[in-house]
Amino acid sequence: MTGYIEQREKEASELRLNESIASSDRPKPPSAVASTLTFATRALLRIKHVPEQMFDVTVFPVIFLLMFTYLFGGAIAGSTEEYLQFLLPGILVMTVAQITMYTGIDLNNDIRKGIFDRFRTLPIWLPSALIGSLLVDVVRYSMASVIMITLGFALGFRPEGGLMGVMGAIALILVFSFSLSWIWTVCGLIVRSEKALMMISFMVLFPLTFVSNVFVDPRTLPSWLESFVDVNPISILATAVRGAMHGTVTTQQVILVLIVSVIMTAIFAPITVYLYRNKK
Amino acid sequence: MEAAPDWAIEAKGLVKIFGKHRAVDGVDLTVRRGTVFGFLGPNGAGKTTTIRLLATLLKPDGGSARIFGHDLSKEGDEIRSRISLTGQYASIDEDLTGMENLVMMGRLMGYGRAAAKARAAELLKAFGLQEAAKRQVKNYSGGMRRRIDIAASIVVTPELLFLDEPTVGLDPRSRNQVWDIIRALVGSGTTVLLTTQYLEEADQLADRIAVINQGKIIAEGTSSELKASVGTGTLSLQLVNAEDRPRAVNILEDKLSAAVRSMPDSTSLTAQINDSFLVADALSELARERIAVSDFSFGRPSLDEVFLTLTGHEAAQEAQSEEGVS
Ligand SMILES: Nc1ncnc2c1ncn2[C@@H]1O[C@H](COP(=O)(O)OP(=O)(O)OP(=O)(O)O)[C@@H](O)[C@H]1O
Ligand SMILES: [Mg+2]
Repeated sequence: MTGYIEQREKEASELRLNESIASSDRPKPPSAVASTLTFATRALLRIKHVPEQMFDVTVFPVIFLLMFTYLFGGAIAGSTEEYLQFLLPGILVMTVAQITMYTGIDLNNDIRKGIFDRFRTLPIWLPSALIGSLLVDVVRYSMASVIMITLGFALGFRPEGGLMGVMGAIALILVFSFSLSWIWTVCGLIVRSEKALMMISFMVLFPLTFVSNVFVDPRTLPSWLESFVDVNPISILATAVRGAMHGTVTTQQVILVLIVSVIMTAIFAPITVYLYRNKK
Repeated sequence: MEAAPDWAIEAKGLVKIFGKHRAVDGVDLTVRRGTVFGFLGPNGAGKTTTIRLLATLLKPDGGSARIFGHDLSKEGDEIRSRISLTGQYASIDEDLTGMENLVMMGRLMGYGRAAAKARAAELLKAFGLQEAAKRQVKNYSGGMRRRIDIAASIVVTPELLFLDEPTVGLDPRSRNQVWDIIRALVGSGTTVLLTTQYLEEADQLADRIAVINQGKIIAEGTSSELKASVGTGTLSLQLVNAEDRPRAVNILEDKLSAAVRSMPDSTSLTAQINDSFLVADALSELARERIAVSDFSFGRPSLDEVFLTLTGHEAAQEAQSEEGVS
């Protein structure tokens, strides 16, 4: 009797299997927008399942802001409150610039786990895989910005540019970070191990963020260092963000940020896509 | 050249070189539409590399191939819309649930939201993964992982499916489930190219088999053709005592007038022979000489024997040492 039931169950499951295989007809490949949104959804689902990955955009900004305000505030500017007005925009730029490197690490993980191969055999517009997750990263960067500015406000940060100025500043940071991420995707595609990737990212980011005008006024520096600080893209961004928040930004400063962003994207986005398609 | 439409794969002289190592070294391959083609070879033979070439993941350093008549190097998009690949290692987002993975694949194949959900639910049910639908894939067992991986490859039934060692590490029950899935796919008209190290698997599933070793195809045919190429009859013997083996070889060669091969373990012998009377005679001679036999069989050679004969003793050893390194 049980044998009979088992037999029937087996037949039923075979039938389901056959039906499920026969019943799929091929839809038209998705549009670029649809596949980008699907990859963005994937990134959001990953945040839902692995909330620890929000650590960098929530805890980092808080620690950085408190640390630098109270550590250097008294020493460099004489008073923490005064220094905060100068420091917060720069710290914000530095923090977000540093978190962009996780984009490359995520991509690197995808490659080593093999899901990358699956995406590459799909009939989709391939850059959507990258842009989708970059879009979610932009959301993460906005979170980091809001958290930091809110905390800064509690500590006495008073942006003279008002809400509009602050929003404009955040917009500049997001555009810049999106463009900067393409450098990390290139690294993520070239470098084999996650450890090496971390090291390279730090080696690029540390000098770039510290040898900038984030912490100190470059006029206090020796002239050879000053000229590096002046052309450092992080300084260019920090100047514009500081200006926007305090209502003193010039059109030229904004345009300079946009030019730097366009250049980074124009160089590194195509390289990323090329490597993505032709990765061994 | 207009390709005959009944070929799923026509590859000519495919070459892939990594550094100085010729991982794929002039592979010719033709696979008829709607059949299962088994790709058999030891570790490092070049199976995965060949599949990756054919699935547009690698660019060949030489040779050419057509998939359903489309040129591999020029018509990648055409090919990608017809094929699907289940890699050697699970290619699923482990942090997502089974359901989320399949919905994502459905969306990427072009289904709308509702259709993708319905299709994912249908597949999960058919693959016996209903209960696990809402669990993250990283908590799946090996067999479940393999099934969700294959399910992700057939969200839209592909015309050609590459399966790279689909049953490695599975218990017999899970292996049978995967075999059922493959048979159902073939029943619906999908062409399957599967690589395996298990001869039984190729024997069970594949219409034709190619044996690959060190990047070269060294034999190709149906499983019975391959067996026949080695000889129609095989005598296999296992002795109780290893030290009897040299004497046993002498006696057998004398009685059978055929070459007797010593197998890699210390007690087994095989010989190609058709005449059953000679075999009976030889066995009784062993008994008279008090050489104890623990096991013997006489019949058509197994694919294992074919494989060993074709790839040679060295290949097996090389593969082992290579595995030790990696
Ligand atoms: N990306 C790569 N770079 C360098 N060498 C590679 C690369 N991929 C494969 N190889 C080498 O090419 C050879 C063939 O590898 P391949 O993975 O195709 O073998 P395989 O038949 O799939 O073996 P296995 O049964 O172990 O999966 C091996 O010697 C391997 O070391
Ligand atoms: Mg392999």
